[in-house]
Amino acid sequence: MVGKNCFAIASDRRLGVQLQTIATDFQKIYKIHEKLFIGLSGLATDAQTLYQRLVFRHKLYELREERDMKPETFASLVSALLYEKRFGPYFCQPVIAGLGDEDKPFICTMDSIGAKELAKDFVVAGTASESLYGACESMFKPDMEPEELFETISQALLSSVDRDCLSGWGGHVYVVTPTEVTERILKGRMD
Amino acid sequence: MESVFGLVGKDFAIVVADSSAVHSILLHKTNEDKIMLLDSHKLMGASGETGDRAQFTEYIQKNVALYQFRNGIPLTTAAAANFTRGELATALRKNPYMVNIILAGYDKETGPSLYFIDYIASLHKLDKAAFGYGSYFALSMMDRHYQRDMTVEEAVNLVDKVIMEIRSRLVVAPPNFVIKIVDKDGAREYAWRESIKDAPVIAS
Repeated sequence: MVGKNCFAIASDRRLGVQLQTIATDFQKIYKIHEKLFIGLSGLATDAQTLYQRLVFRHKLYELREERDMKPETFASLVSALLYEKRFGPYFCQPVIAGLGDEDKPFICTMDSIGAKELAKDFVVAGTASESLYGACESMFKPDMEPEELFETISQALLSSVDRDCLSGWGGHVYVVTPTEVTERILKGRMD
Repeated sequence: MESVFGLVGKDFAIVVADSSAVHSILLHKTNEDKIMLLDSHKLMGASGETGDRAQFTEYIQKNVALYQFRNGIPLTTAAAANFTRGELATALRKNPYMVNIILAGYDKETGPSLYFIDYIASLHKLDKAAFGYGSYFALSMMDRHYQRDMTVEEAVNLVDKVIMEIRSRLVVAPPNFVIKIVDKDGAREYAWRESIKDAPVIAS
């Protein structure tokens, strides 16, 4: 979700195999650099492989360009990597959030073959995406300060995952401003 | 169906596996060792397709040894787990290994650790993990009785509770189990839990 000169990205914490829950502390949001985060929902193995490939590509970029990648560029990179596997795709839906030029918040999501969807307010992905669309649409206001943004995104996440049996077991929220990154764990319905 | 489970205790980790080698409806043997010693301080319990299990675990074991020969120091458990995941992930879209792995190890700096790696190369560090039909019982028993920093006696007690549950509630319950432990003194076999002993082979 986008706020006033800040953004927030949140995920649930469940790692499961169909009906069985394997872990309740699985990390789905990864930091690429101080002002760029990517959340990867979907198949855990593909999320891990894709994350490793993206970190590799970003580190090379940093070495060559001597600066961090802009979120827009990174989104194009993710899209290209996903489309490369068009006929044997990674089963992941990424959510990318970052602060671009002049710390302007940037968010986008993609399907598993790299179709970018930019938005000015919020983007969602995962098994509870329909619920999330509804919750975010009703709770979102433009230009929220970081504290209010945190409350809003947390409530949207928890209320949506409570309606989805495959999501849940808490939440993980990052709120990123130009000066700091706040990471918080939410305790919701643990089931 | 094969059951493998493991848990982390105070300064050790335990991995338990059933020891039946099954081919369709036939039980070939009941003392098959499915937990491989990767090196002095690592255990890899594996379940899944028999050939893949044997080949893949041996491949990982030899590569772990190779690293130590080349570099003079052994791999950490985390590094071995990530290497294993990498091999599984690379093979996944070509010729997947149908092997589920519980990798447990002891490192001097970080202590005991346990990694869950399933056959499609999802890796996660956990305190307790289980695979197979037995996992339904193992995870529930461990969720109920597991605590952080258990002693060896408490952990083996819990393992025995799990084995009893699997034996009594799983319709195709494996009769025998092997328990292996890894701690600062190394990885070794701890015990067998046998309810059927294979008849000894008589030399002719």
